[in-house]
Amino acid sequence: MNMATEKSNTRLPSTEDTAQQERFKQIKRTFQSFLQNTLSVVGLLMILTLVFAATFAPFIAPYPDDAGAGVHFDRASQPPSLEHPMGTDTTGRDIFSRVLFGARLSLMMGVIVLSIAISIGVTLGLIAGYIGGKTNSIIMRITDIFLAIPPTLLAMAVVAATGASLFNVMVAIAFSWWSWYARLTQGEVLSIKEEEFIESSQALGSNWLRTTFKEVLPNVLSPITVKATLDMGFVILVGAGLSFLGLGAQPPTPTWGAMIAQGRNYVTTFWWIAVFPGLAISFAVLGFNFIGDGLRDAFDVEVN
Amino acid sequence: MSYINYLLRRALQSIPVVFGLSMLIFVISRVIPGDPVRLALGPEASEQQVQALKAEMGLDQPIPVQYIDWLIGVVQGDWGMSLRTNNNVLSDIVARLPATIELVVLTLVFAVLLAIPFGVIAGTNKDGWQDHVSRITALFGVSMPRFWVAIVLQIIFVVTLGLLPLSGRLSDGVEPPPDVTHFYLVDSLLAGQFGTFVDAATHLVLPAFALGLATLAQVMRLIRSDMIDEQRKDYVLAAQAYGLPNNLVEYKYMLRNAFTSSLTVIGLSFGFLLGNAFLVEIVFAWPGMARYGVEAILYQDFNAIIGVVIVVGVGFVSANFIVDLLYGYLDPRVRLGDQ
Amino acid sequence: MPETLLEVRNLHVQFDTYDGVAEVINGVDFKLNRGETAALVGETGCGKSVTVKSIMGLLPGADITAGEIIYKGQDLLELSDAERHARRGQEISMIMQDPMTSLNPVLTVGEQMTDVLKWQGERRLSITDWIQDKVSRKSDADYRERAIEMLADVEISAPERVFSSYPVELSGGMRQRVLIAIALLSEPNFLIADEPGTALDVTTEAKVLDLLDELVEDRNTSVLYITHDLGVAREVSEFINVMYAGEIVEQAPTAELFDNPEHPYTRGLLESIPTLSSGIGGGIEGHLPDYTDPPAACRFADRCPYAEPKCSEVVPYPRKTSDDHTVSCHLFDGENAYDRHQALVRENVNIGSPPWQGGSEDETEPDVVADGGNSK
Repeated sequence: MNMATEKSNTRLPSTEDTAQQERFKQIKRTFQSFLQNTLSVVGLLMILTLVFAATFAPFIAPYPDDAGAGVHFDRASQPPSLEHPMGTDTTGRDIFSRVLFGARLSLMMGVIVLSIAISIGVTLGLIAGYIGGKTNSIIMRITDIFLAIPPTLLAMAVVAATGASLFNVMVAIAFSWWSWYARLTQGEVLSIKEEEFIESSQALGSNWLRTTFKEVLPNVLSPITVKATLDMGFVILVGAGLSFLGLGAQPPTPTWGAMIAQGRNYVTTFWWIAVFPGLAISFAVLGFNFIGDGLRDAFDVEVN
Repeated sequence: MSYINYLLRRALQSIPVVFGLSMLIFVISRVIPGDPVRLALGPEASEQQVQALKAEMGLDQPIPVQYIDWLIGVVQGDWGMSLRTNNNVLSDIVARLPATIELVVLTLVFAVLLAIPFGVIAGTNKDGWQDHVSRITALFGVSMPRFWVAIVLQIIFVVTLGLLPLSGRLSDGVEPPPDVTHFYLVDSLLAGQFGTFVDAATHLVLPAFALGLATLAQVMRLIRSDMIDEQRKDYVLAAQAYGLPNNLVEYKYMLRNAFTSSLTVIGLSFGFLLGNAFLVEIVFAWPGMARYGVEAILYQDFNAIIGVVIVVGVGFVSANFIVDLLYGYLDPRVRLGDQ
Repeated sequence: MPETLLEVRNLHVQFDTYDGVAEVINGVDFKLNRGETAALVGETGCGKSVTVKSIMGLLPGADITAGEIIYKGQDLLELSDAERHARRGQEISMIMQDPMTSLNPVLTVGEQMTDVLKWQGERRLSITDWIQDKVSRKSDADYRERAIEMLADVEISAPERVFSSYPVELSGGMRQRVLIAIALLSEPNFLIADEPGTALDVTTEAKVLDLLDELVEDRNTSVLYITHDLGVAREVSEFINVMYAGEIVEQAPTAELFDNPEHPYTRGLLESIPTLSSGIGGGIEGHLPDYTDPPAACRFADRCPYAEPKCSEVVPYPRKTSDDHTVSCHLFDGENAYDRHQALVRENVNIGSPPWQGGSEDETEPDVVADGGNSK
């Protein structure tokens, strides 16, 4: 027998408690719970550092020109030192600077990809849910198919067909990522329809806009936030994998994946060329995972 | 008896799934943009040559006819020619599949064997230090790109420590054991070649670890949370009230109930890894099918892509079937409830 | 002079919850004599199961901040984990409440019973023990025989079949009997029966209660019967402890309690029992207090029709209204039952006597159905 059944909450709701106040209380509790979690705070700091580094890369980087095609054979292949905290690559470029600029690319890619994916996903989910019937079935079948295909492979197929560039990679990954959001949104619309005993979309009528903003979106907000945070990390991973294969932005653009690919040839000699960009990837993904994990716990507190 | 019924029933249910899958694969294959025939022949090819090759490959027939032709061909073993290697796709795949399967199976074995005790310990010590350590480790495991982990492992264990080999399935100069299953570990034992066995094993360690770390993390966390859910159940209180030993309650009573969702994930991981092991295969120069599949995608090698997708699809269905088998074994309600 | 088997003294149990510290058990005292069946009666949420789990030592998330649980002269709370574990099942056993969820669904009944026979009382199973057991098959037959014997004792007509069955194949009533069988496997001295039969239909419940009665008598086991149903308590027990909001509000031998109910809560419970004359009984207005913010004094005051302001200021400590009848209510005068409340006695709260006593007999005496009390 569970303690939960033993304790009965007899706090009678006072008449002044409105739904609004309840929601504020919930949000406050979520914040508190989130901040109490050490990992979440660490993650938050990590990502803030990353965003800061990415935004101010041109100013922080000691050798900003190295982000492009710099050739300085006099300082090629140097191990990490005070001047070059992450060493230099075979053409003499400072890896630390390149990693900083790579952060820009990764973050930007993540944000753009997810914005596209979430927009498409939520829109399709709303359409499927509201219109219902055959349209719903068709959209959901398509969603299922996309959900079953591993995003890396799908993205690869798209890029292979359209050519390797940063833009194509972003579109490709977004193309494979929207399905989860579509399914979530559609599910929410359907359950709200059930709650209000609305059989046909006509009964919903012109209210659909209000319903969307007042009911559907607030309910999907927390799962989407958690998923999107975690997805930032995974999108960065997938993007890194693709650029490792040479499918992303082309050299000399300093994407983290491409840098690792370069460094792979010198694993036996100049290990730092491959190691540090990967460390950066791990740092970014870890940060997002810490936050996402903490958010998931924090939001769960209400659902308890 | 009811268990065998259950198995047969599940096997029969798989058949329409396989058919549906084949149709899906076929449809997708014809939908991929780009003109692979033209690509294969090069830009100087004349229109006649393109048409000729298309006719030869049967690409000018109506779609349903193409599907039947294709399906018959697949069953008979004619998987078409690879535009890239100029070999029969089936023989290409057969040559490479065992390497990937051996790697994936070992990866899963390693991941599950470690995930179970760690997950159980984390779950039964919720919010204790064991739980926190497991959580952080899992988060790390899932955050590091597999191909980078592979490279770092190479740097540490091969270059610096010199303990393990760099790439491939066997060292230079070591002959593969006589073919029985095409799995080097099994075949070398069967032939009594212990030296070869050790060599093959050392070559598997790093790739399996790099590939499996994320899966280990995932399964470990899943077991942990399932154990926590299970702990609230009445039969656990009962078992404890009867004075049963703690480890017996954890492993025999709780884990058996808690393991089912992990089993599903493990099954899915098998199919997933078959197709996604390519980055690790590339880093370790592993002669596997995943790598072949990726090269096919990049080259837009139609038949090869289809071939790999078929194998991965069948892999998913088989893994699902095995998972169902195990469900039925672990949980009597499943095989009894089916009647 | 009856020998005391179990004595719970001044038990205080707290939980750290998200909303603060919940003082769930707030000074509980009761006794169980050897060979006796006593009941612990209270509504859902009053703390019965927390008390039981404290006795069993199966309450990991809680703080036992004060009190003693004395079993056979030894304070269980002072013992090590291993020592407590050794007693579980063998000395102190428990019949679980819900037969649908208290058996492991993936193991056969026989397997669960033999596990108990083989490994009960050991804290950790070593690998060598386990291997040894797997290897030697001879003792298995003994265990099987013993288990089947027990299944027959609980009046299961095809014990071998039930032994090899999975819980999902058995009916609720059968499963409850299995639970009883498992609890009695090692002939415990002290049995805690946690609302057995509540989850079953009334007829089956009656049969289960009768069975339990017989078994306990045969073995002279001491039983603590947990229930929310006064009617059931009357049927099975010789002594009743009424619990409310983590406190014992009244204690008396069964007959005395029904003849002379004192605490307003007890009276309310009795009135709630449907009777032949008045139909479905009324409930008691209100609900249990919030344990994270409990009332300062009497925890029943806000639901009590006779409450006075003093009730919310001074704790109504347990007092004896006769040799074996104790009640925690300011309506009654009596000798202080426990020394630790001496300070409260000096407060000398006087809120008059119970309105239903003294004077006319036409006062509302709860009219309890005289059919054996199997009413809900």
